[in-house]
Amino acid sequence: MTLSGLLVQLLNGLVDASSLFLVASGLSLIFGVTRIMNFAHGSFYMLGVYVAYTFVSHMGESVGGFWVAIILSSLMVALLGALIEIVILRRVYRAPELFQLLATFSLVLILQDLALFIWGPEDLFGPRAPGLTGSIEILGRNFPQYNLVMIVIGPAVLGILWLLLNKTRWGVLIRAATQDREMVSTLGVNQAWLFTSVFALGCFLAGLGGALQEPRIPANLALDLESIGTAFVVVVVGGMGSIPGAFLAALLIAEVKALCIALGTIHIFGIDFPMSKMTLVAEFLIMAIILVIRPWGLLGKPQATARNDHSAEPPLRPSLPIFKWCTAALVLALVLVPVFEETFPYAQIILVEIFIAVLFAASLHFVMGPGGMHSFGHAAYFGLGAYGAAILVVTWKLPMELALIAGPLLAVLGALVFGWFSVRLSGVYLAMLTFAFAQIVWSIVYQWDDVTGGSNGIFGVWPSDWLSSTTALYYLTLSIMLAGILILRRILFAPFGLAIRAARDSSLRADAIGVDVKRVQWVAFVVAGLFGGIAGAVYVFSKGGISPEAIGVGRSIDGLVMVLLGGVQTLFGPIVGASIFTWLHDSVARETDYWKAVLGMIILLIVLIFPAGIVGTLSHLWQWIKHHRPLQTKKVEASK
Amino acid sequence: MQETILEVNGLNAFYGRAHILFDVDLKVRKGEVVALMGRNGAGKSTTMKAIMGMLSRTQGEVSFMGNAIAKSPPHVISKMGMGFVPEDRRVFTDLTVLENLEVGSQAEREGAPYWTAEKLFELFPNLGEMPHRPGGNMSGGEQQMLTVSRTLMGNPYLVLLDEPSEGVAPVIVEQMANMIMALKKQGLTILLSEQNLQFADLVCDRAYVLENGHVRFEGTMEELDANEDVRRNYLSV
Repeated sequence: MTLSGLLVQLLNGLVDASSLFLVASGLSLIFGVTRIMNFAHGSFYMLGVYVAYTFVSHMGESVGGFWVAIILSSLMVALLGALIEIVILRRVYRAPELFQLLATFSLVLILQDLALFIWGPEDLFGPRAPGLTGSIEILGRNFPQYNLVMIVIGPAVLGILWLLLNKTRWGVLIRAATQDREMVSTLGVNQAWLFTSVFALGCFLAGLGGALQEPRIPANLALDLESIGTAFVVVVVGGMGSIPGAFLAALLIAEVKALCIALGTIHIFGIDFPMSKMTLVAEFLIMAIILVIRPWGLLGKPQATARNDHSAEPPLRPSLPIFKWCTAALVLALVLVPVFEETFPYAQIILVEIFIAVLFAASLHFVMGPGGMHSFGHAAYFGLGAYGAAILVVTWKLPMELALIAGPLLAVLGALVFGWFSVRLSGVYLAMLTFAFAQIVWSIVYQWDDVTGGSNGIFGVWPSDWLSSTTALYYLTLSIMLAGILILRRILFAPFGLAIRAARDSSLRADAIGVDVKRVQWVAFVVAGLFGGIAGAVYVFSKGGISPEAIGVGRSIDGLVMVLLGGVQTLFGPIVGASIFTWLHDSVARETDYWKAVLGMIILLIVLIFPAGIVGTLSHLWQWIKHHRPLQTKKVEASK
Repeated sequence: MQETILEVNGLNAFYGRAHILFDVDLKVRKGEVVALMGRNGAGKSTTMKAIMGMLSRTQGEVSFMGNAIAKSPPHVISKMGMGFVPEDRRVFTDLTVLENLEVGSQAEREGAPYWTAEKLFELFPNLGEMPHRPGGNMSGGEQQMLTVSRTLMGNPYLVLLDEPSEGVAPVIVEQMANMIMALKKQGLTILLSEQNLQFADLVCDRAYVLENGHVRFEGTMEELDANEDVRRNYLSV
């Protein structure tokens, strides 16, 4: 590596830092005031690129026209953001954190399909910036002029934001609201408009960040999740709500990545380390390190002990005899399904898919319902279990029976490591960290061609002969799922299960009566990881292979939706949720190209109208019917 | 007799399923300083928060200067000229003294005392010495003055003052009493929640005594002083 090469890479780092900062500062600003971690922020960035593509293509031939187009695009995105805030987000500010995260994630899905609908699936290469198409020479290397402008824009925006926040009444109100929203409103400030304006500004910054990329990268539909992952990392590393922190973190991360690229492949002890491939992992490693040594980020402030935001959950009750009989009947019916193979040839295949989904959802529910830890990266364990089994069978030529047992152990290992870090955090931070770990797993799998097959995945993983028939596989999956659910359920009613729930309801009190909260949560994490891994291993054999798409963010979110669709406060909820979700996915995805938008709408429906999920809503209804009369008299008494 | 500025009828309040206030009735007339007394947990703060529109679940009627406000959000109530000073102060610790005042500032209001930062610094000279100090670097007493000043910047007709004497040094308590009397002279109406009878005697005209969310006594301070049963049952520790 030469000096000039290093210098150019460091300058490239500054360019990336600027664009990272634009996206992350908006995210941080929005989080600071509204306390909402906006998953859709990357989508606003993506829309910025697309809208700028359209505007610049139409009016960007002159220098003035180009910059007007950039500003106009950012304003359009800001307007859309304000609209979404008013119509949707205003309804979820009082909802539990988990629902807020999901509501914004539903926007990711809907906005992505919106972009697909308007601009189509192809990558769009936009025109370059007039007047800045050349390059300058630095130590004999060419450096694009446009990149120099990018380097300047980051610090300039930082300066403008600082002035805005410190020298205007609006800024003072924003900073006050970041600290104590309720107090601000008792002083006569209408929070609703303050929130809308902040959200619009945040979206403007995301849109600007995207629009400025228009001459550099093609507009494509993967930009949203790509950018949100990194933006999260920047915000968490910098300290949530801190704008200078976001700048510092953007600089740190972008430069570390630039260094990784500059180093290329290095040789240590005869082993090649392709550092340039480490960039994705690098940012998440930085975040993991920062979160452990300084959980509130570089320039953030330790948050006051989070108030228990989930409403009091009813205790779990042993099931009634009638419920047990119904379950037994259902199992019997499932056992008999292969008998009717002729009439419903497709039933076994879809049911196998449902069983796997049920086991996956039940394992996620274990950690997020009774465990109270909202994991946004449960796909990691599914993926580790799946790849573990696939590698054992294909590379190591082990028989399926062994792989089915040993594969999930990889998931356990992952859960041991990730869980150790994760249980040290809570709330949004925990959600972000689990999300980051899942991204690490995904990027390792995606980039480690020699072992995982890279983007192609591993195929040709078929079951042993005696299990190769559809029916045999059906019975295997059914029994694994049933065993898994019964074991998870048994654990929840054991003393350990009581400890988990105690730790969720009040970690301080649980600590005080002798429950080692962190250890209990860690074990819960590992148990959930194990069963998630088993679901992954079974999945591999049912599909004959595995690829990175199957273990991405989408799987984590599917899991969350399954659990919430059924109802997070019930044990039967995730089972119903996973079944309905899988069936719905199977039938709707075949009919439309816009499954994501449909899924997004479903999530919004759950969050806004049925927060208790299907099973929860039904059981509330049942309780209401049962106690209709006493409830009514109570109400009359109260209103007297 | 002066006109009624605040009237509360049959106010009930809930935290989740817990019923906290039971049919609370009270009246505050223009220019009065009225004490809301009772032990810890009697419902004093809850009453104030309910009046200010800060609780999500309340029933009953609240009328402020002739407007029904029971269903209004806090910022609307504040804009009508009602100020609230919380007991736990809640100054914005990241903001300077002047910025804290800026957050509270509202337009001038007809018939209410008009406040500027300069006038408040006259009332609280301590604050005037540290206009650029962050709220987080102030003593408890200074924060108490700041939180009162911040509310006054909204030029309210009525201030709900929640336990200003709690947790501050005796010398500050004295300053608070002087301040309340000074504010009263300026024509401000105050509803003051207080546990300390001596403090209330010093500054208040009338008192309501709460116990377990019920109003147990209503009368002038002289009547309260003379009523040993009420004092023993509902006030003494």
